[in-house]
Amino acid sequence: MEKDKYQKSFPYTLILVILGIVLIAVVVFSFFLGRFPISPIELFSIVLSNIFPITQTWTDQMETVLYNIRLPRILLACLVGCCLSAAGASFQGIFQNPMAAPDILGATAGAAFGAALAILNDGNYLAISLSAFVFSLLTVSIVYFISGKARGSKILGLILSGIIIGSLFSAGTSYLKLVADPSDELPAITYWLMGSLSGATKSTVGMAAIPMTLGLIPMFLIRWRINVLTLGDQEARTMGISATRLRLFLIVCATLVTAASVSVSGMIGWVGLVIPHLARRLVGNNYKHLMPASMLLGATFLLIVDDVSRNLLQTEIPIGILTAFIGAPFFVYLITKKGEVY
Amino acid sequence: MTITVSDVSFSYGERIVLDHINVTASEGQLLSVVGPNGVGKSTLFYCMLGLLNTFKGQIKIDDKDIKRLGIKEMAKLVAYIPQSHYPSFNFSVFDMVLMGTTNQVRSISTPGKKQLMLVEEALDRMKISHLRARGYTQISGGERQLVLIARALVQQTKNLIFDEPTANLDFGNQILVLSQIKSLVNEGYTIIQSTHNPEHTFMFSDCVLAIHDGRVLASGAPSTIVTKELMQKLYSIDVEVESLYQDKVRVCIPAIVVKNGH
Repeated sequence: MEKDKYQKSFPYTLILVILGIVLIAVVVFSFFLGRFPISPIELFSIVLSNIFPITQTWTDQMETVLYNIRLPRILLACLVGCCLSAAGASFQGIFQNPMAAPDILGATAGAAFGAALAILNDGNYLAISLSAFVFSLLTVSIVYFISGKARGSKILGLILSGIIIGSLFSAGTSYLKLVADPSDELPAITYWLMGSLSGATKSTVGMAAIPMTLGLIPMFLIRWRINVLTLGDQEARTMGISATRLRLFLIVCATLVTAASVSVSGMIGWVGLVIPHLARRLVGNNYKHLMPASMLLGATFLLIVDDVSRNLLQTEIPIGILTAFIGAPFFVYLITKKGEVY
Repeated sequence: MTITVSDVSFSYGERIVLDHINVTASEGQLLSVVGPNGVGKSTLFYCMLGLLNTFKGQIKIDDKDIKRLGIKEMAKLVAYIPQSHYPSFNFSVFDMVLMGTTNQVRSISTPGKKQLMLVEEALDRMKISHLRARGYTQISGGERQLVLIARALVQQTKNLIFDEPTANLDFGNQILVLSQIKSLVNEGYTIIQSTHNPEHTFMFSDCVLAIHDGRVLASGAPSTIVTKELMQKLYSIDVEVESLYQDKVRVCIPAIVVKNGH
């Protein structure tokens, strides 16, 4: 007799607990990685010295590296990974399309334009992030506005508007690259477009964390209703859910976290597409489990990739390049692997 | 538990889709709506479900004017069973049925024990408990239809609207689904269905509404609707209607077969 995939799998809550433990382990491990060696004993002494009076056996430099460099970077990697995956999972539900990703409504194209514009005007890191964030939100607002005027299917209207406005902003970015000074501005723009978490400081993490939390918490809380949304507007409505309102609410949340992520990390592709699919394999399509699984997996994944990006070579490899190198083959594996079709 | 449609008209711009429709489905009745494709059956259903609010006239469900009701109140009053479909994501049968309870769950919450119990009951009742862990897209069309009925049951209303429940089903599954519908009717559910099969309409319905070009062509007991004259008018083809087993069954045969053999 054919065995059912659902029956033989673990209880999903157990999988979520395991994913949480894995994330914590990877976080702890990441503290040891880097040019500047810190031993486990020193690490734990530094952390525990906040609570217990421990005689200092470590250098001040170690403490600085730990708190001002590694901690913010690890936090940022986790947050960005978590946000992009959650946004991806939400957009897939909103558009009833397993191929939807966080940039489907032009959020990243807008952010790229905003960042390039700020770099061209000699903006500092803060100005670049802010400009990217604002343009990202602006792009999605324009897309949403246009789709409201579009005739026919609401969802098709949104996706088409996203493509139109996204490519318009991409063309704008190309123009900015053309007029940028090739000796310093152009490389800066190119580097930003490739994605990197190297700008992480306490203050950038703190700043990005606010919009991220504002978007992540509602997406998590409302996750059950996304299930109903995947059945289409009419069916959702007959079950008591206003699809239009719920979709707008989720778009706002998902855009907020995407914009916040892209504004501090540049363009990091693939995470929002691949991670929710991996999560679907593990816990099924019910958003009750899918949303937390995507969040945990996304954080773990991007942290590991960032560890590789800053430690593999002498110079840092832009993380966007790595996620593509890992994401593309992994996605091929996912769509060709035997097993439950989802 | 009564659905009353009074003088309902609807038009998309210039095109009139529904023209002064009147019909009532009383408690414990199965009302079948028949008519060729594109005559406004679906539009009528969308009006009754509150999906289209711009119709003229009045629709009352359990004596409440549905134009005055919000989405949540509508979902408490009437449940919709679409044709068995393939959603974009493969949910387990259990999760699919559980979605019917969404209206009872606070928006920032997930279904609780009470909802899970409702799902168990509904699965039992449709005799599909063994499918609970299977993927919804991997079971047969008939089974999918039963899942959707179970989902409507957990919505906890006694008014159900079916969009062609037997479309795309094989012979055995058609009868399986129809007998489940019939047993719900016997328990006091009020059910409205659209259908393309005049023979099933005759066998299972309490009342039939025949729509043609957005107008009521005829309505009443199945024995007065499933007749040679009406079927010919309705579907614009030459039909012979034969009565069998002391008029327990009526068979519709295309006249071309009767005349020429095959």
